[in-house]
Amino acid sequence: MPFVSADAPPNPWFSWRYVQENADTLLAATLEHIVLTVSSVVGALLLALPLALLAYRVPATRAIIMGIGGLLYTVPALALMALLWPVFGLSKRSVVIALVLYALLIVIRNILAGLDDVPRDVVDAARGMGFGRRRLLVYVELPLAAPSIVAGLRVATVSTIGLVTIGALLGYGGLGNLVLSGFVANEYRAQIMTATILIVVLAVIADLLLVAVQRLVTPWAKEKAR
Amino acid sequence: MNDVEIMWQWLTDPAQWSGPNGIPVRVAEHLAISCTAFAIAAAIALPIGLVLGHRGKGGLLAVNVGNIGRAVPTFALLIIFASWDAVGVGTTAAILALVFFALPPLLTNTYTAMRGVDADARDAAVGMGLSGGQVLRRVEVPLAVGLMAAGIRTSFTQVVATATLAAIVGGGGLGRYVVDGFALQDPGPLLGGAVLVSLLTLAAEAVLAVGQRAVTPRAVS
Repeated sequence: MPFVSADAPPNPWFSWRYVQENADTLLAATLEHIVLTVSSVVGALLLALPLALLAYRVPATRAIIMGIGGLLYTVPALALMALLWPVFGLSKRSVVIALVLYALLIVIRNILAGLDDVPRDVVDAARGMGFGRRRLLVYVELPLAAPSIVAGLRVATVSTIGLVTIGALLGYGGLGNLVLSGFVANEYRAQIMTATILIVVLAVIADLLLVAVQRLVTPWAKEKAR
Repeated sequence: MNDVEIMWQWLTDPAQWSGPNGIPVRVAEHLAISCTAFAIAAAIALPIGLVLGHRGKGGLLAVNVGNIGRAVPTFALLIIFASWDAVGVGTTAAILALVFFALPPLLTNTYTAMRGVDADARDAAVGMGLSGGQVLRRVEVPLAVGLMAAGIRTSFTQVVATATLAAIVGGGGLGRYVVDGFALQDPGPLLGGAVLVSLLTLAAEAVLAVGQRAVTPRAVS
């Protein structure tokens, strides 16, 4: 036990014994945290893609889509969960839907920024080669927008990993459950701190993974990855 | 009665609008927590961001602090402060957590705004014999103020939204209704509180949007 000295107070922040004795609980909470995060970010991407494409193709819809995204992003995440309560109650669905809606603006904005930055010449060249709209989108526009899209996913993922913790108030907060229950149980510091560290570690790993994805999908921009 | 009717009854009940637990008191608490936290964060982040941006060094630091800061959940930070003897439960823990929440984006944004200033304008000012401080005050800040104001607006709005969490550690504010509503499964305060805190956040955003427009020089916007 490197962190606990013999005369340490009875409620230390760091306790290796806590980690050993509660490995199963920590693992289960971490897995729940990952599932909630992945569901939310994937959900946000699936919802954002068609909306961003609509805003890109039909400029008249752009202000409306960005306006609604901005509205959802401004409303506190906890309030979103509360407003979903009449429909979904205290459930995983309330947490995930609230986080999907919250992440939506970031993802849409980055998809749009990526599409807007596709050079006109490239689009014209592809058209000249006989590319139709769909082939243009799949083989030219989306690949060129990929760095911006992945950058958006990075921000959304790190922010979602933090916000999942709020789901603890509904009973579905992954590691946030341990933070909250540790607080309620006479401020059980080792549990609060261990869960918090795991959340930060998750965020860092997720970010690094997405950087790797970014390099993978844009092999031509190897040296420019942020 | 469905949930929306219960919420409406709760919102329009005169009893909710008076007394020490009334909505006006909660709104005042919410704004006090948000403004205090934001003022402290701004007092720290803006000068550092301005100086780093002026010198053009330490950018990596500003960006990295921003990234790491984003990874630490405010919810956990709040509970750590509340469980720490030096702070304890209550409004102070909430303010401290919000300061740490607001610092990174303010720092990154101020730095980025300063670096966005046209290098030619900066060189011209130096060529005209302005000192470092004069360049900062007369050239860089006026040119960067629009972007800085945009960052301040987003940041402050996020602080008002996140101040909802203060109630978890016994702090005040409109989050009280939401947190109690979840605990009691009572749609009145749960939905009523959620609507009120959403409206307050949107109002803060609207007010700051006007402020942003007012301070942004026309040529820059």
